[in-house]
Amino acid sequence: MAKITLDKLRHSYMANPSGPQDYALKELNLDWEDGGAYALLGPSGCGKSTLLNIISGLLVPSEGRILFNDRDVTTLPPDQRNIAQVFQFPVIYDTMSVFDNLAFPLRNRGIDEGRVKARVEEIAAMLDVTEMLKVRAANLSPDNKQKISMGRGLVREDVNVIMFDEPLTVIDPHLKWKLRSKLKELHHRVRATMIYVTHDQTEALTFADQVVVMQDGEVVQIGTPVDLFDRPQHTFVGHFIGSPGMNVLSCEVRDGGAFVAGHQVSLEGAVTVGAGRTEVGIRPEFVSLSATGLPATVRKVSDLGRHSVVEAMLGDTRVNAIVEGAVPGQGEAVHLTFRPDQTRLYCDGWIASEKGRAA
Amino acid sequence: MRKVNQKGWLFVLPVVILVAFNALIPMMTVVNYSVQETFGDNVFFWHGLGWFEDILKSDRFQAALGRQAFFTFLILIIEVPLGVIIALSMPRKGFWVPVCLVTMALPMLIPWNVVGAMWNIFTLPDIGLLGYFLNHVLGVTYDMTQNPTAAWITIITMDVWHWTSLVVLLCYAGLVSIPDAYYQAAKIDGASNWAVFRYIQLPKMKQVLTIAVLLRFMDSFNVYTEPFVLTGGGPGNSTTLLSIDLVKIALGQFDLGPAAAMSLIYFAITLFASWLFYTLMTRHDVK
Amino acid sequence: MRKRSIIPILYIAFLMLPIYWLVAMSFKTTQEILGGFSLFPQTWTLASYRTIFTDPTWYWGYINSIAYVTINTVISVTVALPAAYAFSRYRFLGDKQLFFWLLTNRMAPAAVFALPFFQLYSAVGLFDTYWAVAMAHCLFNIPLAVWILEGFMGGVPKELDETAFVDGYSFPRFFLKIFLPTIKAGVGVAAFFCFMFSWVELLLAKTLTAVYAKPIAATMTKTASSAGYELGLLAAAGTLTIIPGAIVIWFVRNYIAKGFALGRV
Repeated sequence: MAKITLDKLRHSYMANPSGPQDYALKELNLDWEDGGAYALLGPSGCGKSTLLNIISGLLVPSEGRILFNDRDVTTLPPDQRNIAQVFQFPVIYDTMSVFDNLAFPLRNRGIDEGRVKARVEEIAAMLDVTEMLKVRAANLSPDNKQKISMGRGLVREDVNVIMFDEPLTVIDPHLKWKLRSKLKELHHRVRATMIYVTHDQTEALTFADQVVVMQDGEVVQIGTPVDLFDRPQHTFVGHFIGSPGMNVLSCEVRDGGAFVAGHQVSLEGAVTVGAGRTEVGIRPEFVSLSATGLPATVRKVSDLGRHSVVEAMLGDTRVNAIVEGAVPGQGEAVHLTFRPDQTRLYCDGWIASEKGRAA
Repeated sequence: MRKVNQKGWLFVLPVVILVAFNALIPMMTVVNYSVQETFGDNVFFWHGLGWFEDILKSDRFQAALGRQAFFTFLILIIEVPLGVIIALSMPRKGFWVPVCLVTMALPMLIPWNVVGAMWNIFTLPDIGLLGYFLNHVLGVTYDMTQNPTAAWITIITMDVWHWTSLVVLLCYAGLVSIPDAYYQAAKIDGASNWAVFRYIQLPKMKQVLTIAVLLRFMDSFNVYTEPFVLTGGGPGNSTTLLSIDLVKIALGQFDLGPAAAMSLIYFAITLFASWLFYTLMTRHDVK
Repeated sequence: MRKRSIIPILYIAFLMLPIYWLVAMSFKTTQEILGGFSLFPQTWTLASYRTIFTDPTWYWGYINSIAYVTINTVISVTVALPAAYAFSRYRFLGDKQLFFWLLTNRMAPAAVFALPFFQLYSAVGLFDTYWAVAMAHCLFNIPLAVWILEGFMGGVPKELDETAFVDGYSFPRFFLKIFLPTIKAGVGVAAFFCFMFSWVELLLAKTLTAVYAKPIAATMTKTASSAGYELGLLAAAGTLTIIPGAIVIWFVRNYIAKGFALGRV
């Protein structure tokens, strides 16, 4: 097990990158604690797979260093890093039995057959695949195949980190949940450092203790699932996490207050605004319909069972509100209020209001 | 699952008519000849299975069949491993891929007798590039019109030159269909190059390798034009393969009965051996 | 450059050597060829090529070859298309057996059929025409085309057909307007292989022609045997037979690997 440090890491797929736009991964400094469960969350093409491949050693970064327990491994090949990786599509060795598949990483390292057998059986029991050990791996269902490829990662006792690259992509929805909880359980048992890459917020938030949100090759926020939901550091995080995502409304800041479509809204605290685009961010959960407040027109109502999402037009901007109980009809005029301690100001995308101290 | 639709027959009818016209009528002619005896003037007599018996017992047939089988055996054990090795070492992407594919496929697009003629010119003892090099630079005495061993080495080398690319292209097609994740996983699992080949590349190439072995078997067992143009079956009878002997009997001596019987035996052997190869190579898939 | 690129480089060098020798030979004078060994032509001459392009028995050989190869390719692909569609989409009585029977025709030694073919095409009055050779080559090209096209068609989801029929397309219109463009790579690959095997085959082509449809490759054999060893001329004619293949292969270079991989055994 190991602590992982990323030190001034940058990567470009081009030979001579000329500016920040040429970097698939922008400068990154990060510490991952030993035994933690981390998730890398972001849309396709945000650089999370690049980062993963750099950690596993399939890719050498253009700049910066990677340290495992303070030891520099930047240029070491994957097999010398003692890492394990589970891929998007289950990678199994078709011609081997399940047992041989699980034993493969151990046998390649010359471990004696007695230990191999004991370890494989232990891992098989953990994964509930004991009864399949003699089956040819090619004949398994996709979720079992994926379990076997996880098993190949877990079977080695010396792994520094196990990485999962969107491992549930090809799994049927009703099995996804089962496999995810299995994974969580395994993490508790083996206490290995695990990094889980996904574009699915539910997977990331349920698996990880710490979530790293990425966009355009840049880390925009690192935090617990609660942090990400409560206080997004960037409008992207607010928008990406939550269903529906945070409302981001362009606003005008004057006389120490923020004005949306000409109406003042009160914010969580003091603001520090430079020159730049300013926006107000408020989650739909904290927008309510009331007798007074910002006047808006209801455009659409979607009933989601336990609650409804009301989509209202505030001038030209759309605002989502989550409403429990009675909902207004389409086209009706309503008034919206934002809960002040959950209303934040963003400047050029980054948070610009402070918590708690009222303006 | 595909739908049951007897209209399918309408779609395949033109194919069936054209192929049947070309396959069944000549085949019937051959069968017809094979059971008759003629003394010329288009007068035929019933001869039963006599020709088959004669052919199967004749030393000439057995020797030609032996040479043919030996030729095919050499071709398969040289071309298949060689083709696999070349396919493994080819680049997977980039500018050189189409260059490799086109240059490698080129020999297969040359008319077969031109291949024979080309190798003839290439191996002439004093004025051919290879012949001159062997005789005058390396000092090896080489003349395939005199020495049976030299003739054999030459027809084998020519076939390797002509057809190895087929195996290469097939294996290459199988290799490029392997996703990168397999190689990455193998690296992480600490697999050696041999293990990568044995457990990833070979299983993925199995289907195309089956096709390659089958095609190479059928074509090398039926080969005629190239060795005929190159050596004419000589020196002596040393490179007279079954097909060459068959044409000699049928068109040269006009012994229609024996030639027809021989054709049918030949065809039956090819068919049986192809079926055997196919069954052996795919028997694991059923499990 | 990686160390293992040495293998393909050596292999390609081995492939190119005899071809180089043929081409070099074609530019040498007869005197130089018979006079002794020379790695490069000492005096370049186009005499051999001039002979070929001015003598009708030579250049008609090319026209004949290209004519029957083209006819064969068109026939093979045209009849193979609906058949391949049927094999990939429908099940019908005896479909598996039929598919297998088609493939066995590739196993028949051409030598077996030479004489019966001669008699058959003489009987139907097609002897020494382009049609005779083109039709005879269908024996092995149609099964091949069906096999390749079936592989490509199997990769097209059936939903495409169903959607088109729901949208009110008639079968012929669907086949020509939607299906054919979808598998045009497959059609290209099938046509390439038909062209190739028809172009390189000689035994049947020679047996079925005498004067009017005689292929270039057969003209060459005659030169080699009867008119003595005119090596320069032979080399020039040989060089010219490589060109059509080289041109065709350049067009399908991106699909060759795929064309080989597809198809069921």
